[in-house]
Amino acid sequence: MNAIRDQAAIVGIGQTPFSKGLGRTEIDMAVEAIHAACADAGLSPHEIDGVVRFDMETIDEEKLLSILSPELRYHVGTPFGGGGAASVLVHAATAVAMGLANHVLVFRSRARGKKSVYGKGSNQGGRFWERLDSDLPELDQWQVPYGLVTPFMEMAMIARRHMIEYGTSERQFGEVAVALRRHAQRNPNAVMRSPMTLEDHHASRYVAEPFRLFDCNIETDGAVALIVTSAERARDLPQPPALIHAGALAAGSHHRRLSTLFGRSRDSDSAARVGRELWQSSGLRPSEMNAFFCYDFFTAFAILALEDYGFCKRGEGGPFVEDQGLYFDGGRMPTNTNGGQLSEAFIHGVNNALEAVRQIRGSSTSQVPGCELVLLAGANTDPTGAVILRRD
Amino acid sequence: MRDAVITQGLPLPLPSVDNIEFYRATQRGELRFQRCTDCHAWRHYPRPVCPACTSTRFDWERASGRGELYTWTIVHGPTLPAFRDQLPYTVIDVLTDEGLHFQSQLVECPADAIEAGMRLEAVFVPANDEITLVKFRPAS
Repeated sequence: MNAIRDQAAIVGIGQTPFSKGLGRTEIDMAVEAIHAACADAGLSPHEIDGVVRFDMETIDEEKLLSILSPELRYHVGTPFGGGGAASVLVHAATAVAMGLANHVLVFRSRARGKKSVYGKGSNQGGRFWERLDSDLPELDQWQVPYGLVTPFMEMAMIARRHMIEYGTSERQFGEVAVALRRHAQRNPNAVMRSPMTLEDHHASRYVAEPFRLFDCNIETDGAVALIVTSAERARDLPQPPALIHAGALAAGSHHRRLSTLFGRSRDSDSAARVGRELWQSSGLRPSEMNAFFCYDFFTAFAILALEDYGFCKRGEGGPFVEDQGLYFDGGRMPTNTNGGQLSEAFIHGVNNALEAVRQIRGSSTSQVPGCELVLLAGANTDPTGAVILRRD
Repeated sequence: MRDAVITQGLPLPLPSVDNIEFYRATQRGELRFQRCTDCHAWRHYPRPVCPACTSTRFDWERASGRGELYTWTIVHGPTLPAFRDQLPYTVIDVLTDEGLHFQSQLVECPADAIEAGMRLEAVFVPANDEITLVKFRPAS
């Protein structure tokens, strides 16, 4: 039994436009998204007395004091990047269930588009790996001097290993890109909306084999926010509540420390453990989910996530995505119906959380008919977490 | 403005009390890793505790310098300026004969000869007076 079961609900969602360059600061975008989420929830920002933020977020608790309640109470962070995409909702639900806050904000703001305001902070603007110190005192020293510089290179090595072990193919990576682009084409919020075929995917240039440009997430500007409150309070608010039915967290290896990651079996790493705990504590099965939201920062990682969370056996993720397996209309498991990090925007996976709520509300532009249960997961090569959302 | 902040030189390890023994060894042409004095488990990266048994006692033991190719990527870029003249280059993960995973660069091997599981051996490549990097080539 999961102690947070149905105790809290997501009652508001808000966002800025997503773009390759808005020319705005992260705090300016965050305010717009937070105000939009509060308006959606029928709440004043001054009623928000709790916040869950990403540790790498530039908008800290001191800045939040001027945006939210001046008597802000609950505050907690989540480590690394996309691993926290769903963990933030586990923390928010826990805070509400334990009475540590009445209304909790979850948010992420990123100015990372190529045309974005290029801030001087290490978490703002452009590519972090272009601005590494020349002296490497920490774990980067074991990768960067050998030319292993960027996440797409690290992820390409993990994807290559999946190909070696299970025969997964670059064509299957392409199937993921095409399915998510199809969802993005139907979503006016998405940054990448031009049609993509498998041939288009294969024609894009290699960045780090086996990955091509179209296997990688896009870098964008944008902010998103969600408001979490008690299930009881949620029923008095304007939007249909998306109940947080179950949640789980697990620490695990990280893609910038590949010696640890390759030294652990995938079945013992964070995502697989989160999956097992969720199914056990909820009594639900993967096949009962109506939609799945995974951290699709690279195509291959949708395939790994399907395996990690038990939608198919280890090694069967490649065949799973074939034959329109991820399509919202008739796929084996409708996945990232917004277009995900590959085609909608890259807001560290929290934009997927907004779309998960839209599916529960019945308001997605690629709506899964009768959608009552969705699984939302963070990045599967980080300390991570996942939640099951349920229609009230 | 943007270009001015991009790292231009080759980033290199900064020796510290935790890793200096590794780089002293590579200068001598030896690959050494930490090994638990109590349960004899090898480990990499350097750290003050054994993940297998919690012991804080360890030695820097000499490794074979050999292993097999676990996975790789052929990098086409973008990458840092320091690596641009090497493009395309091959970054690898070596599963050493001691059972450790070590990331490195593959040298002396054309792209079409790369194969999962191929036997590799360490090559010691000085970067400056202090730091010698460990790359790998197909085993002789």
